[in-house]
Amino acid sequence: MEFWGYVRENGKVGARNYVAVIPTVVCAAEAAQSICNSVSGCISFLHHQGCCQLPPDLERVTDTLIALGSSPNVGAVLLVSLGCEGTDVDRLMSTLAATGKPIDMVRIQEDGGISASIALGISKAKRLAALISTQRRQPVDISNVVMSIKCGGSDATSGMASNCVIGYVADKIVDAGGTVIFGETTEFIGAEHILARRAVNKQVGDRIFEIVNNMEARAKSLGCDMRKGQPTPGNIAGGLTTIEEKSLGAIMKSGSRPIQGVMEYTDMVTDHKGLWIKDTPGREPEILTGMACTGAQVMCFSTGRGAPQGFPSMPVLKICGNVNTYQKMEQDMDINAGVIITGESSIEQVGEYTFERLLSTLSGEMTKSEAIKYFNFIDIYTMGPVI
Amino acid sequence: MDKKLPLALKVNDLDNVATVFSNEAKAGSDVEVRDKKGNSFVMQLLNDIPYGHKVALREVHPGEDIIKYGESLGEATHEIAAGEYVHVHNLDSKRGRGDKEG
Repeated sequence: MEFWGYVRENGKVGARNYVAVIPTVVCAAEAAQSICNSVSGCISFLHHQGCCQLPPDLERVTDTLIALGSSPNVGAVLLVSLGCEGTDVDRLMSTLAATGKPIDMVRIQEDGGISASIALGISKAKRLAALISTQRRQPVDISNVVMSIKCGGSDATSGMASNCVIGYVADKIVDAGGTVIFGETTEFIGAEHILARRAVNKQVGDRIFEIVNNMEARAKSLGCDMRKGQPTPGNIAGGLTTIEEKSLGAIMKSGSRPIQGVMEYTDMVTDHKGLWIKDTPGREPEILTGMACTGAQVMCFSTGRGAPQGFPSMPVLKICGNVNTYQKMEQDMDINAGVIITGESSIEQVGEYTFERLLSTLSGEMTKSEAIKYFNFIDIYTMGPVI
Repeated sequence: MDKKLPLALKVNDLDNVATVFSNEAKAGSDVEVRDKKGNSFVMQLLNDIPYGHKVALREVHPGEDIIKYGESLGEATHEIAAGEYVHVHNLDSKRGRGDKEG
């Protein structure tokens, strides 16, 4: 089985070919957005970090931006720097240059302020966009796929329909020699014993318990019941009463194959094959960033309530388990898995259809969130306070 | 069955709740509870139950686990009768309870 992708110098394969206009700090985001809006083929990562944070978080911001720029879906990079940020701009520049991608930079404090930097950035981005526009897709084996998976805006249909569909597709990708990454550590709480049983060895199983304990401790740190934070009011209105119930449904999307290990938030896929966990929170802006950091070319995203999120550099395929939601939000939902609940289709039937749509998306077909450009704002999961 | 009853799905044989997938599951009405093997039985609801919410399949006592997917969702906080609505008013999580520590 094959899909059509952009083969990069390092052997990774992209499903998109964007110029990434990356602000190195929140203060450069306005200029980056203006540049991005003016030039075809550009995306940006409009985040809120990079200054007045503790050193481990500043390192994390640098690592995150490196990983996002290294994605095989990115063909070229334009960095937009302010000049006095805490992000390590030199390391960002040199690491991204080493990927072999064309890369350029503007510095707002050196290049004449915001408007002059936007003008300069536009001309630089135009050059990069023209440069990568000659690259062509070619057929590649499906073992090159790195698929991230996620559920959001969950309700009771998620664990019984749409997550089961993603689990079916995840098993197929793993069996074909590809890579599947799932996360949302908060939504392992109450189901971690099931995941640990699927770990390839005791060390990985212990690590699963450890990341769940850490996340639960974080949730308990304010001395209150986490309900309403997790599960959310929307989850509760959709029939999910406790975090245990949400988690037991959420892990359905990981399928049934062994869990190879746990990746950290900014880790990129190198020689990882099979099913992996990435330690992330459940909220979309942070987890989608963490998943894009892996180098995933695509995300399968399950919802019941109707979560509309996309991500700048990673197409997000929406699979909806609730027929009522699908009818109301067909404009945002790519696949209707609600037919499993009504008994009109089986998990296998919807799973096979989703797998075909996944290959088509990887080969260039636009998802509904890409078509509406639902991807301007992202966030980076940080550990400490803003100071 | 001649008339199509509101549907409730039971995921695992161990479960003491089923999930109702109907917009017409009202107090006093019957629902068809179906399991994964296609076996089904009819039970009467004691309360209105919204789409995607849970009904108790048997009596559950306070402190007893509510089971779905064959696993614990938390514990019952009140006496629950067969056919009764199960949600935040009578089911409490055991996890992430910063309020119960220190």
